[in-house]
Amino acid sequence: MGLKRNVPLATGLRYQGKSPQLTFVLHRIGGLGMAIFVTMHLLASFFGGDIGAFLNNIYENWLFQIFIFFCALFHAINGLRITILDLWPKLLEHQQEAIWVEWAVFIPIFGIAAFVILQSALGG
Amino acid sequence: MANAKPRVLPLAKRGLNFEMFMWLFTRLSALAMYGLILLAVIGALVMGARQQMSFADILRWGFMPNANHVQSTNVPELEPWATPFWAVTASLLLLLAVAHGVHGLVVIADDYITSERGRLIVRWLSIAMMISMSLMGLYLLWQDFLFPAG
Repeated sequence: MGLKRNVPLATGLRYQGKSPQLTFVLHRIGGLGMAIFVTMHLLASFFGGDIGAFLNNIYENWLFQIFIFFCALFHAINGLRITILDLWPKLLEHQQEAIWVEWAVFIPIFGIAAFVILQSALGG
Repeated sequence: MANAKPRVLPLAKRGLNFEMFMWLFTRLSALAMYGLILLAVIGALVMGARQQMSFADILRWGFMPNANHVQSTNVPELEPWATPFWAVTASLLLLLAVAHGVHGLVVIADDYITSERGRLIVRWLSIAMMISMSLMGLYLLWQDFLFPAG
């Protein structure tokens, strides 16, 4: 293989991929976020101890719950779009509309969830 | 782009190598995980309805239907949650999620590590991670059944 792309980070950041690229970036952040924290959570539960308890308590924090819920929900909804479009490639023509539908589903669910989590965290 | 016709080759012409298999596995495991998470969320709604279980607790159970995930909530007794049925559901979710997630990490690493040797190291590390995560997770899910006293 040995690909050489030679694209500096600054050029990469200026790439105008619009909404499909935004979903790509968020999908990657969501997947990485879940992979890192699920790994840490599993290791913490397995080995236990003070560090384990500290790491596992992070999961109960409302700020973290909002972050990981963003990761999981976006990854799940965007993944469903990718799965449907990839398994029925004729639908790829409607990718832009699919992304609009995706945000129309994501924003209300995430908004309500974030509101409920905040309410129970700050309201007691 | 409206006129671009997608080219669809039958599987026989495309060939099924390992990367193609994992591409398909990533999508099919995603579909299976939707089903398992939906099952767990419905289970949490049924089992937790009388205790007015909170939204966050239902989701924590949905992500991984393991009885330890509802231990510190207002669920009075853990018996209906700590059954072999949920342990099997959680095990399936764990194995699919680990395989799906580790393969995702390999895909991300391949975007930045392009030398043949580097990619080989990434693959061996990913196999080690997949096996160890699966075994540790299975132990955590089944320890209460295997060693009831401890």
